[in-house]
Amino acid sequence: MTDDLLDLKDRTEAALSAAADLRAWDAIRVGVLGKNGSLTALLKELGKVAPEQRRERGAALNRLKDDLAAAIEARRSTLEAAALDAKLAAERMDVTLPPRPVQPGLIHPISRTMEKMATIFGAMGFAVAEGPDIESDWHNFGALNIPAHHPARADHDTFYLPPSAPGAAPPVLRTHTSPVQARAMLERGLPFRVVAPGRTYRADHDATHSPMFHQIEGLALGRDITLGHLKGCLIDFLRTFFGISNLPVRFRSSYFPFTEPSMEVDIGWNRKTGELGGGGDWLEILGSGMVHPKVLANCGIDPSVWQGFAFGMGVERVTMLKHGIPDLRPFYDSDIRWLRHYGFNPLAAAMLHEGV
Amino acid sequence: MKFTLSWLREHLDTTASLTEITDALTRIGLELEGVTDRGAALAPFRIAHVVEAVQHPNADRLRACKVDAGDGKLISVVCGAPNAHTGMKAVFAAAGSFIPGTGITLKVGEIRGVQSAGMLLSLREMGLGEDHDGIVELPADAPVGTPYAEWAKLSDPVIDISVTPNRGDALSVRGVARDLAAAGIGTLKPWSAPAVPAVFASPVRWDVQSPTCQWVLGRTVRGVKNEPSPQWLADRLTAIGLRPINALVDITNFFTFDLGRPLHVFDADKLQGGVLTMRPGAGETFLALNNKEYTVAAEDCVIADTAGVQSLAGVIGATATGSEADTTSVFIECALFDPIRVALTGRRHQIVSDARQRFERGIDPALLPDAIEAATRMVIELCGGEASEVVSAGAEPAWQRIATLRFERLAGLGGLDVPGDEAVASLETLGFGVVARDAVSVTVSVPSWRNDVAANTELDPGPGLDAGRAAAAAKGRAAVEAEADLVEEVLRLKGLDAVPPVSMSVLGPVPQATLTARQIRTALARRTLAAQGLTECVSFSFLAQAQAALFAPTDPALTLANPIAADLDQLRPTPVASLAIAAARNAARGFADVALCEVGAAFLGVACDAQPTVAAGLRAGSTPRSWIAPSRHVDAMDAKADALAVLVALGVPMEALSVAAGGPGFYHPGRCGTVRQGPKTVLATFGELHPRVLAGLDANGPMVACEVFLDAIPEPKRRRKSVPDLPAFMPLRRDFAFLVDAAVTAEAVLKAARGAERTLIAGVALFDAYEGDKVEAGKKSLAVEVTFQPRERTLTDAEIEAVCAKVAAAVEKATGGRLR
Repeated sequence: MTDDLLDLKDRTEAALSAAADLRAWDAIRVGVLGKNGSLTALLKELGKVAPEQRRERGAALNRLKDDLAAAIEARRSTLEAAALDAKLAAERMDVTLPPRPVQPGLIHPISRTMEKMATIFGAMGFAVAEGPDIESDWHNFGALNIPAHHPARADHDTFYLPPSAPGAAPPVLRTHTSPVQARAMLERGLPFRVVAPGRTYRADHDATHSPMFHQIEGLALGRDITLGHLKGCLIDFLRTFFGISNLPVRFRSSYFPFTEPSMEVDIGWNRKTGELGGGGDWLEILGSGMVHPKVLANCGIDPSVWQGFAFGMGVERVTMLKHGIPDLRPFYDSDIRWLRHYGFNPLAAAMLHEGV
Repeated sequence: MKFTLSWLREHLDTTASLTEITDALTRIGLELEGVTDRGAALAPFRIAHVVEAVQHPNADRLRACKVDAGDGKLISVVCGAPNAHTGMKAVFAAAGSFIPGTGITLKVGEIRGVQSAGMLLSLREMGLGEDHDGIVELPADAPVGTPYAEWAKLSDPVIDISVTPNRGDALSVRGVARDLAAAGIGTLKPWSAPAVPAVFASPVRWDVQSPTCQWVLGRTVRGVKNEPSPQWLADRLTAIGLRPINALVDITNFFTFDLGRPLHVFDADKLQGGVLTMRPGAGETFLALNNKEYTVAAEDCVIADTAGVQSLAGVIGATATGSEADTTSVFIECALFDPIRVALTGRRHQIVSDARQRFERGIDPALLPDAIEAATRMVIELCGGEASEVVSAGAEPAWQRIATLRFERLAGLGGLDVPGDEAVASLETLGFGVVARDAVSVTVSVPSWRNDVAANTELDPGPGLDAGRAAAAAKGRAAVEAEADLVEEVLRLKGLDAVPPVSMSVLGPVPQATLTARQIRTALARRTLAAQGLTECVSFSFLAQAQAALFAPTDPALTLANPIAADLDQLRPTPVASLAIAAARNAARGFADVALCEVGAAFLGVACDAQPTVAAGLRAGSTPRSWIAPSRHVDAMDAKADALAVLVALGVPMEALSVAAGGPGFYHPGRCGTVRQGPKTVLATFGELHPRVLAGLDANGPMVACEVFLDAIPEPKRRRKSVPDLPAFMPLRRDFAFLVDAAVTAEAVLKAARGAERTLIAGVALFDAYEGDKVEAGKKSLAVEVTFQPRERTLTDAEIEAVCAKVAAAVEKATGGRLR
């Protein structure tokens, strides 16, 4: 490369290094490679070079053109990157500002418990059955072997609606979920297993009783379902629901008009701390038994062929125990502070494979 | 039912401890409610003789005593009580004993130089009262060294059990003892009632004219002195919470609890006419022993003399002929009443009495002759006098029943394999008698007191049940019910904890779906509303009638006949009502901006299908304040978005929906809408709450709400999805602004645009709506973006122009709208 070309190269490279912005850079580009640029001029003059030198000079010029083009392009990238950096640096925001507000919604603990119950009993082959809140006297009482004079009726604190006609039995707000048993027996093919979670009502209102509360009913009918299955089913449920694999469960003989034999079920806990599992105290948690032959017969099922068990459990009570909720009344108060404290993420549904 | 341990021991021979007894009671179905054992805390305290009580040498207010607690050794005790004096009998606590009234365990100490190795107690220190004026001074004959609790009759624990409605027989101490004996806790002591000789003809006779009374015995005892009961009887009644009144009344109470056998004693001298008649009430009013007046009706059975009603049969006696201190001649009533009629009478008059409680559960029908002898004997023992013959009316009903148990059923139904011999032995200790027995079964007679076993009460078959099905079921029931009773008895005594638990059999390798399609919709609606930012509530299904009336005309068929409170008397017409009340309540607590939802029943009628499940949402107040976007009031469009989100989540095809102005009356009439599928099916409503509703709830607005009627949503079709439409050509978008009359709905414009060229137009979206001074009065501007989707080739400019003209023309034709 001749001196003039080397000189051009050095000058151009020095100028590029000195170019502080794209405008200065562009002036250099035009000054070298533009129509009237210094390199363009040299190329134009190639024809005037003696033929024996032309070839060599041409090659040198082309090499110089490539080198300078590359240097110019490289400088442009550098300057553009610097310019972008400077621009972005100027666009800085306060990232500690709060984002657009999103109000999360939540699922009520009662719904969550009923979902979990359906999931666990579902794994044991139960389907969910339903019935109306306003029930006929027969569904709520008669079918279940609780005739009008039965002393158990007095314990039920029933809410009544006006009778449809004078003398007719008044409709009631169901006092338990057991009327769903009658509906299932009348409607379903045998054998079957159902659970029925839902609202129930009793005319009782104090710190530990609410005029509306929730129960879950269970009913399993088959040819050879025994009290042993009832115990197994309830133990399996309680231990899974509370997540305590060795939860003590006690069964006591009792009486319900719609089961025989009947039993009440206690779980082990510590009365002082409220902790489940140990502690040596017992807490009554549900009532259960083998379905009474009269109930089966009232609902058109031959009890000499079919037998099975039924149970009923308070949803609030197990919810309070599981989550350590001390007071019953706020469940129905819709106090947003309470709901935000105890509510559940709607997207984290109760699913077996995620653990219940 | 309450009884004392010593009373139980009158019937039960046992060495079992109190805990063994109470554990067994709970296990066999006589659930322990509690034990009051006042004696336990007092066990260390003994009766002591204060041999010497002198002034403390170094303290003015203290005395230095020498106490003998029964073993002759003198113990030095420093005492601060002013009444401590030489020679008195007092209650002494030795060092090491715990003092219930102060919570302190005594230690040997020295008080101002004098040793004190114990304490003389006041009532308050023993936890027996508030008296702290001084230490307890016992009578001079109080036996030194004897435990105080024993001497004061405080060492007898009171056991309280809850008796289930089927076990009338366990409402007696003897019945409880019998059950315990059968459960292996001791043996039942024999009991008999030797006859009391009759020395005169009874001046009072029975006449039964009511089906309520099946059988009645009576007996006059003359020459009695009705003084207060002896201490043992008064103590027993006091311990179980009854007030001793006089010997004759106390005797009837004693038998009520001892044998579960209610009795009544009439003052024979006050009875008029010599005949007591059991008859239906005739509208008379009488003053009962609880000092309340009752008016009896024909459904009630009364016991009357010629002067009037003297007792409401099986429930309560009248004051007029009750026995009092001056009573010298009594007529004892020992009757058998129909349980159902007594229950209904008791409930009608709202009288809860020990007698009613037993009669309505059923008493022992065979016990009457023995009971009247035992009662007569006790009357004569405690009050003197002589007895008449026994007079009666009616007859002992045929109560005898048998029941058969196939031993295989103990495992087959009860899940526990119990050997036949053991099962039979259990039944025999309960009083069942073996009638026949072979290798596989036993047939037993049912004891008279077990009205609950093999009772064979009437069935109540479901209305509309197929007759053949009902008959087969009734036959099966007759075959197995009594057997189930016996299985229960054997298992109960064995303890249900003995039954081995068996997990449910697996129905298939993977469980079937637990929820129906409808139940899944309900769950999905709940989660969708919560994902929209609404927090789920669970509210009472009832509210105040006046509040319900703000939302819909109240149906009297849905007004509770017996509400628990005046503000909880009407079933809600929509869950929106519950949510609005909840939002107002939150606002009153300082949280005005809430977003709530509830999935639950609306009550439109009593029928099953008139209680639809509604997913309701409600937003109140304003959106949150933010530096990015200003806060604004919630509006009907928020509620519409919530409703549509639920419908989308439930798979309702949006193109099948139409939205029309208007909705239920609780919404602002101009700012609410109804979402329909097809011409009729209403799927949802939404809107701003009517100002009148807000005012009625004393709430500040705005509130917006929506309801989605989950039961109205058709089951989604289980169709395979069609192949997706993925054209190779870029879609093209053009904006149009139409000037239309203010009354023209957005939906009309969108529909017209969409229909202008169905093959090409893939979507129409409204992006601006303007009413104001930039358009002429009575008009508004609606701007839409139309997406064209070419399918075969890119559109030419001419084609684009042509289709845009079609859109403009279609909208103009449908709505009169002109392009701006």
